Amino acid sequence: MRSEGALPRPVDPEAAPLLVLVADDNPTDRLILGRLVERLGHRVCLAEEGKQAVSLFVERQPDIVLLDALMPVMDGFEAARQIKQRAGEDLVPVIFLTSLTETDALVKCLEAGGDDFLTKPYNPVILQAKIRAFRRMREMHQTLQSQRDVIAGQHASLVRDQELAKIIFDRVAHSGSLSDNSLRYLQSAYAMFNGDILLAAHRPSGEMHLLLGDFTGHGLSAAIGAMPLAEVFYAMTSKGYALRDILLELNSKLATILPVGIFCCAVLIEVNPTKGLVEIWNGGLPDVMILGRQGELLERVTSTNLPLGVASRERFSPDPKVLVMHPGERLLCWTDGVIETRNGAGQLFGDAGVLRVIDAHKGEPEQVFDGLLSALSQFHGSPEDDVSLLQVVMPERDHLPAPQPQPLTAAMDAQQDWRLSYTFRAQAIRGQNPLPFILQKLLSVAGLRARAGALFTVLSELYSNALEHGLLRLDSAWKQDSDGFALYYQERSARLQALEDGWICLTIDHRPDVQGGELVLTCEDSGAGFSTVRSAADYAGRGLALVAALADELAFSEQGSRVRVVFRWQLGHTPEA
Amino acid sequence: MSIQASMSADSQILTINVKGRFDFGAHQAFRSAYERSGLTPRQYVVDLHETDYIDSSALGMLLLLRDHAGGDSADIRIVHCNPDVRKVLSISNFEQLFSIE
Repeated sequence: MRSEGALPRPVDPEAAPLLVLVADDNPTDRLILGRLVERLGHRVCLAEEGKQAVSLFVERQPDIVLLDALMPVMDGFEAARQIKQRAGEDLVPVIFLTSLTETDALVKCLEAGGDDFLTKPYNPVILQAKIRAFRRMREMHQTLQSQRDVIAGQHASLVRDQELAKIIFDRVAHSGSLSDNSLRYLQSAYAMFNGDILLAAHRPSGEMHLLLGDFTGHGLSAAIGAMPLAEVFYAMTSKGYALRDILLELNSKLATILPVGIFCCAVLIEVNPTKGLVEIWNGGLPDVMILGRQGELLERVTSTNLPLGVASRERFSPDPKVLVMHPGERLLCWTDGVIETRNGAGQLFGDAGVLRVIDAHKGEPEQVFDGLLSALSQFHGSPEDDVSLLQVVMPERDHLPAPQPQPLTAAMDAQQDWRLSYTFRAQAIRGQNPLPFILQKLLSVAGLRARAGALFTVLSELYSNALEHGLLRLDSAWKQDSDGFALYYQERSARLQALEDGWICLTIDHRPDVQGGELVLTCEDSGAGFSTVRSAADYAGRGLALVAALADELAFSEQGSRVRVVFRWQLGHTPEA
Repeated sequence: MSIQASMSADSQILTINVKGRFDFGAHQAFRSAYERSGLTPRQYVVDLHETDYIDSSALGMLLLLRDHAGGDSADIRIVHCNPDVRKVLSISNFEQLFSIE
């Protein structure tokens, strides 16, 4: 670093010499003006006519040009035009030297690009004043130019950042299992950059999780929130976590990282075709609507929660609404771009607009989605550009997504000869779902990975059977109609929170053999059991019927408070394929 | 959009009036309405009787005010909302965070 004394002294702008081009065909006049300019402290270059002036201008790049109007070869007017053209956007003052006094001639000078005149004979005081004035103008022009370039450069880098943010956001906000047959969605490009996000993923046991969200803020700030949101959603869903656990994690993650004032209005949905159930949690988005097979409006799920990222953990309520949905019934949801669309007169499309469309498509519910889109674009008068729309049709029960088979290594895995047992007591049961943790242990056996879906389903059924009937003493008979379902899940949540005693014990015994292996799952609870074993056809008993279908053996003991399930797997082929 | 803030005579209540559209354009003005130095009101009143539209970035601004006023212990009343504005506030369940009249 240089010492302060060695720094160059700031140049006095009024004193620094300029380079002045003087063009005049009269040698005497040229000489006089040249001397005059030099005496004012500037450097001079001299031209005898216009053409020479232009080439000297290109060569020497003078700061100011003094041009005689009438010269041989090329006159001052043409020279001025060419000099101005070559100067481009730089300001090079051109002052005409003239003895002309007629108005027309002076106007011609200005039209040719001249900035001022200097009349002969020359007055040194006026010449000095004009050079100073044009120097100031030139400096101001340069300052403006450089500031403009800085702003343009910053703007360009901002646009680049926004474009990058959009690419990242689009990749994150628009991925997963969105190609599933039961889904239809539309996300306009503008809506996506406005912070709308749509995610879909399957749990190992086959249920589908969906997230439709709308971040406050645009571009970069929305992209920043979308990343952890998508990461948590995908990771937890694929590990088999329930909607409730995912909601708790999403909310606390967003509350931690997002600045106050940025949050995410969202609807989270779990679709369970095997049981014909949906779970819906709505925090800040318009009503979710469920339509019957004839397109009649069955149910509206209004937002009853704060958006994600707003509430502290204590205040946040992660309990979704559980509803029965039969095959062929459809669920519709959207971000507020739909109901907040305005027409030319400033009127809102609103809830009423949505209901009119639903009403108009009674008997043909498959047309509702397109009907909404065309109604919106008619109302708005131009293609709607800020809309995210999602439709889920409940699939038939036997239409389950096939689990992805994974290649098996055809060797006996002698290390996987073990037995483990976990007992969960009231406090653990009240808190989180332990199943994803257990499943991860099971999947350490390579041969079982292909059956992860079936295993997880069986584990979940055994665990919820033990919890709901054994510990919470809920009666499946309630689940015979929609109201009963609502009551059942309300009661489940209330009794779970009040649970003080009891335990559930899961024991897993795995023995490899030369053909493959045998896995024995035992689930036992502290409850009293049930006296009659339900039939598989019973609506409420579908859970255990499922276990019977998926496992190789199923047996009850201790009045049903102990269930034993056996899985066998074989090397070299995929049992579920 | 225009925003006016007025302090009660006893310096206990700061009333913020939002006129027209309450959206991102109001961000700077809304912030400076309560951030002016030396203001320590006990209660904030956000008067929306002249507000005809509110969007989600305005909800964000209300959260910022809440944070500024002490978070969970903030005393903020949102008053005189028209039905459209009221609807936006209730979709996001802001009743749980503010007293809305």
